[in-house]
Amino acid sequence: MSLGQTLRNRRDATPSPDPVAEGAGAPAPSRRGRPPVRKLSLRTRLRRDGALLLMVLPAVALLVVFAYVPMLGNVIAWQSYSPYTGFVDSPFVGWANFVRVFSNPLFLDAVQNTLVITAFQLVFFFPVPIVLALLLNSIVTPRVRTTIQSIVYLPHFFSWVLVVTVFQQIFGGAGLINQTLREAGLGSGFDLMTNPDTFLVLLTMQSVWKDAGWGIIIFLAALSTVPPEQYEAAAVDGANRWRRMWHVTLPALRPVIILLLILRLGDALTVGFEQLILQRGAVGADVAEVIDTYVYYQGVIYGDWSFAAAAGLVKGVVSLLLVLGANKLAHVFGESGVYRKS
Amino acid sequence: MSEQTGQGGPHIGTTVVAVPTDVASARTPRRRRSKHRAAWEEPPSVAGQTVKVVVLAAVVLAIVFPLWTVVITSLSTQAETIRAGGLVVVPGELTLGAYTQILSGGIVTRAALVSTGITAVGTVISTVVSVLAAFGLSRPSSLWHRPILFVFLITMFFGAGMIPTYLLVSSLGLIDSYWALILPGAVSAFNVLILRNFFMGIDQGILDAARIDGAGDWRILGRIVLPMSKAVTAVVALFYGVGYWNAFFNAILYINDNAKWPLQLVLRSYVLQGVTLPGSGVGQVDVASGQVTGLPVQMAVVVLAIVPILLVYPFVQRHFTKGVITGAIKG
Repeated sequence: MSLGQTLRNRRDATPSPDPVAEGAGAPAPSRRGRPPVRKLSLRTRLRRDGALLLMVLPAVALLVVFAYVPMLGNVIAWQSYSPYTGFVDSPFVGWANFVRVFSNPLFLDAVQNTLVITAFQLVFFFPVPIVLALLLNSIVTPRVRTTIQSIVYLPHFFSWVLVVTVFQQIFGGAGLINQTLREAGLGSGFDLMTNPDTFLVLLTMQSVWKDAGWGIIIFLAALSTVPPEQYEAAAVDGANRWRRMWHVTLPALRPVIILLLILRLGDALTVGFEQLILQRGAVGADVAEVIDTYVYYQGVIYGDWSFAAAAGLVKGVVSLLLVLGANKLAHVFGESGVYRKS
Repeated sequence: MSEQTGQGGPHIGTTVVAVPTDVASARTPRRRRSKHRAAWEEPPSVAGQTVKVVVLAAVVLAIVFPLWTVVITSLSTQAETIRAGGLVVVPGELTLGAYTQILSGGIVTRAALVSTGITAVGTVISTVVSVLAAFGLSRPSSLWHRPILFVFLITMFFGAGMIPTYLLVSSLGLIDSYWALILPGAVSAFNVLILRNFFMGIDQGILDAARIDGAGDWRILGRIVLPMSKAVTAVVALFYGVGYWNAFFNAILYINDNAKWPLQLVLRSYVLQGVTLPGSGVGQVDVASGQVTGLPVQMAVVVLAIVPILLVYPFVQRHFTKGVITGAIKG
């Protein structure tokens, strides 16, 4: 539905009828009023678009094998699957695995941890790129601005292993801060990496360090679409710096902010999987077990394949519903919807 | 406010500022005006400038400082790290010993080669397949256009999940094969759509002209569209490349043989978890000092994991806004 709608918008946006639709030769105006393109015979269209279909083929083949076949593989969630009997011969058990998932306190703990992390990051991570973008946008010297931009984008391209390693070297028990405290004679118990009580703070610090800089790129792009004349006009009308930010800059950011918020809500069940699996051992499963890590441990580590697949499927379906719901919400706000994520 | 407008308006562009209430405006004539600042903009207040500089300096420092200590430590001698009690902040005795040690064969060298190979092959496959798919989808009137587009879009909203994907890869016999690190994630619908968007924005008149001259779709892609899309293709290739270089979890899933480990897994085991790296002294406790030895070697592995990104980054970075945002925002 939402997809269809956006697709329709997309097609409207592209010049129609497609200038290249009927092959070479005919000048554009003469085509008006002709029957629509789809009246051409299949064979004609195949000959015309065969090259395009051939080009799409490798990607479609990869997606079919590695994205769609596994979707069918979710059938094991209704089976009592074992690798020895396989998909075909494993007995069907109805909804038993789902009943087990929902009555399992550890799964419910993982759901709770996931939602807590999402909520915490929504409050303490989400606004950071907006503030940074405003700050950066107020720098008038282009060279200073682009230099700072290249520095703050950089950590986005580091792996989670690297980010966690660097954090360990700074905030860990053998890290720089503890080392400095020890030398200053202030005790040596500082270790953020293994403390479950401060784990939320640690996670958010890591996320901010890695991705907050990259997050500003979309806000800067939105800011760059504001015509300078609007600022000038506001200034001429007597608006000072703050009033210009309130009446010109923030309205320009509003659509992007709403869109990203809604996307984040649609993604509520997904929190940095690699980031968590790397640190689950150090801080313990009580605080670091999220849905994705739970699925991994139950399935790949403990071999309870059907149960893990059921838990993963629950997450996938709920996430899909959240995305579609968020998309509806976007339309309520008059935004063009989730599809813009692409 | 409106009264001030009446006074301020006519003077815009001269020395008078639009908002006389601004404290700093009194000092305007003495201050050098930035050539980047518009004439109507009030000069910055001292307090505002100070806050801005302090915050931005803190942000830059928070990113640069950890990298600095890591690099300096990797270049320090073992004795230097023991003197510092850990990471070295102020460079003292410098040596390339740690690098010669990890790059002269052994686990780290092999892992770096594995990662380089996977990244190179994977990036080429992903970029080629994505560019082809994007161009194949760039003409909305083409045959089966919408159903094919949906094949891509659906994968963005519903993932099959880790368990079925794992079972598929293992039943294809790809466990312990490098292809398991490339093929499952080779096509990202997101990247295909970024490229497609850019291709659709290309002036159709040019493509029509080529068609009139007898060029087929392959030739149009190779001779016209690709040369016009270097920036966005470079950005997408960077996204894929960084993804392959940084991936670690798929290797945990699919690679059991630690002789085939990519660099990120080596980084995790020998640096993050402190497992003893055979023959390097990493993770062993030095009897004399009680310190864990091999910190420079560990940090050298960290640097090794960053260097390829730092090498490519400057060339692609300036295209980010052009390539990604024009692709993504219009998306």
